[in-house]
Amino acid sequence: MSLVFYAIAGLTVAGGLAAMLLKNTVHCALALTVAFAGIALLFLELDAQFAGFAQILVYIGAVAVLVVFAILLTRGSETPKGGVFSRNWLTGLAIAAGVFAVLGWAVLGSARALPGPGGTPTAAPTVTVLQIGNALMGRYVLPLEIVALLLTAALIGAVIVAMHEKEGAK
Amino acid sequence: MTPLAGYLLVAALLFSIGLAGALTRRNAILVLIGIELMLNAANLNLIAFWRYGPHPEALTGMMFAIFSIAVAAAEAAVGLGLVIQIHRHAHSTDLDAMNRMKG
Repeated sequence: MSLVFYAIAGLTVAGGLAAMLLKNTVHCALALTVAFAGIALLFLELDAQFAGFAQILVYIGAVAVLVVFAILLTRGSETPKGGVFSRNWLTGLAIAAGVFAVLGWAVLGSARALPGPGGTPTAAPTVTVLQIGNALMGRYVLPLEIVALLLTAALIGAVIVAMHEKEGAK
Repeated sequence: MTPLAGYLLVAALLFSIGLAGALTRRNAILVLIGIELMLNAANLNLIAFWRYGPHPEALTGMMFAIFSIAVAAAEAAVGLGLVIQIHRHAHSTDLDAMNRMKG
């Protein structure tokens, strides 16, 4: 566990916490971008270059911008009167804490059985974009086509759902 | 603590933060943000298991994460479109105020 990992992990978790705790919704979107960037850095730290850059392109480039668009279109940056948290926030917090306790217990309890030697880093797997492209066009071509269909359907569906209906034009 | 356990703990923490946000925030957009954080935590698990697993050259975890990123992008687009439509209909994105299904 290197210092770089702790720094990136701290940045990511701090970004996620800020995204869920801040009052102003625009600030939440900015903190979300920090969390996404931290996860992309963790991917790069794990020698998954392609996934890291895909994360930067898709999440920081598209999803974060989409979230900011939605916030500004819905005037969500105004703080509501009754506070930013739901009435039964204690129940939600208890459920989340319980989930984290179970996950942490499972990870720490099975630490010996997890693959990978303790402490010493294994040799980084060399994965080129050529290999990924060959895999996408070979073994994973059917999932690729299904994802293409899903993205097309989501594109059309999002446009239709958000389309403004004119009065009486039915 | 092995490196893999560290990554898994970070992913568990991010997942719980996203879950807490999705369950407690009142703004519908922030609930979607929480769901995005949970999806990202799952992707981090996939990549970490791919890196420290016995056969990284098989690319299984990497492919899973890439497809998961694509599906999450589609989910975000449709979800935010729905939020915008609800705001146009009810003039609010407050989830506590949405207590009826009739249009």
